[in-house]
Amino acid sequence: MYRQTDIISDNTTSLEGEFVINVGPQHPATHGVLHLVITLSGETIKKVEPHLGYIHRSIEKMCESLSYRQFIYVTSRMDYLSAHINNHACALCVEKGLQVEIPSRAQVIRVLMDELTRIASHELWWGAMAMDLGAFTPFFHAFRERETINDIMEETCGARLTMNYMVPGGVMHDLHPDFQKRVKGFIQLYKKKIHEYDELVTGNIIFQNRMKNVGVLTAEDAVSYGCTGPTARGSGVSCDIRKVYPYEIYNKLEFDEVLETGCDSFARYLIRIREMHQSIRIIEQLIDNIPEGDFQAKTKAVLKLPKGEFYTRVETARGELGVYIVSEGGTTPYRIKFRSPGFSNLSVLDHIAKGSKIGDLVAMMGTLDLVIPDIDR
Amino acid sequence: MTKEELKVKITELYPAAGFDETGEWLNINAEAKDWLALARQLCHDDSLYFDYLFCLTCIDWKTHLTMVYHLESTKHRHIIVVKSKLDSGIPEIETVSHIWRTADFHEREVYEMFGVNFLNHPDLRLLILPDGWEGKNPLRKDFEDPVNMIKL
Repeated sequence: MYRQTDIISDNTTSLEGEFVINVGPQHPATHGVLHLVITLSGETIKKVEPHLGYIHRSIEKMCESLSYRQFIYVTSRMDYLSAHINNHACALCVEKGLQVEIPSRAQVIRVLMDELTRIASHELWWGAMAMDLGAFTPFFHAFRERETINDIMEETCGARLTMNYMVPGGVMHDLHPDFQKRVKGFIQLYKKKIHEYDELVTGNIIFQNRMKNVGVLTAEDAVSYGCTGPTARGSGVSCDIRKVYPYEIYNKLEFDEVLETGCDSFARYLIRIREMHQSIRIIEQLIDNIPEGDFQAKTKAVLKLPKGEFYTRVETARGELGVYIVSEGGTTPYRIKFRSPGFSNLSVLDHIAKGSKIGDLVAMMGTLDLVIPDIDR
Repeated sequence: MTKEELKVKITELYPAAGFDETGEWLNINAEAKDWLALARQLCHDDSLYFDYLFCLTCIDWKTHLTMVYHLESTKHRHIIVVKSKLDSGIPEIETVSHIWRTADFHEREVYEMFGVNFLNHPDLRLLILPDGWEGKNPLRKDFEDPVNMIKL
């Protein structure tokens, strides 16, 4: 699987004392098939070069031959931890082209599902990141709560990971009768258990020492590198699409955009922990107020978008996802571009890792929250 | 700034600009040779201050290619779309990776997927495709791969 340029025979000691090591494509800390070629001088990182494409499926090309109803299902396979939100972005983009009004019940269901997904994604990130840093127990704590969300998803959507629940015009089918009861049960469990997260990891002095002043990213650089989501908000950049360009019913909900000014890995860590609280706040506002009515607007069986260009931006668990559809008026898109948050967030890795020790690289990668299929698409 | 104000301001900076207001955002058509100078002004001018390039991509129109840049100002919260027509035989445009650093990776992606040559790019190599990739660019419309592509 290694590429010709990665077989490092004559340039392992190119400059005095410098050598090159490969992390990945199969490495437990990359959580997928990411390949980093790292130039080291002693323990100090000189350069990090990501090599992508090990899970590239050319989703953009695939979408060109799929109809506007079909292509949404492929996008669950990009950022599989935010499957709902990916589907949501695509559905919104198609609706923008069709100019369809979505029933309010569908809007509330969509937001509820998005926020549950966000919590599930952050839970997984929290457990996996702590595991990267050598603490195994948090992984089980995180999965305890995450399983509850997966069960809720399974009941309503019929799947635990790639849900494919959002369709143009609303959602595919109505909520399971037990949905409200289950979600309330989850909120109770979450509130009872969440303090364990802080006790176990956040306040831990060893953990803090490994996170503070590691992977410093200034606000200016975050914007220039196109970082979004918790990665940029950890540097104090206000970029939550739910607040800046609200979609669905987000402008009617009470929640805060979480910002930290630490600019380091610890700030990015705190953002995600606090975002989970905000998501719970949103769910609490909605769970007793799901309006009655249709869960799907009436749309034609075969969708045709008018000639033109449509772009939607949504906030996934990792940052800003953009869906850009160029239509020629047919039943399939002429061109689709997915502006994935992971791709831009990864590009900053070389910048923040330069000059730090190799041992800190895992902490930096952990707080960028990389999902490789989302980067490769 | 509103669409109208942006239009007036950008005409001042770049009189040759062509505008298209049919979409959600203001579309500007620029010549490929003028793009670098325009990009500098869009980013550094205080009243425009487009500091965030949130999407960079290319479209293959069979007769020509179009580069599409989506720009936003995090300070003023206005958005524009800049488009530039390229020749599909020898597509060339100046890089903007030193103005918006995110363009580095995005331009490399467009380079391998569409074959656009970004002049003065610091590190124009394959990013996603395997080394030694020869032949056509996968996201071009005339790309055929009978082995790996399934026609639906």
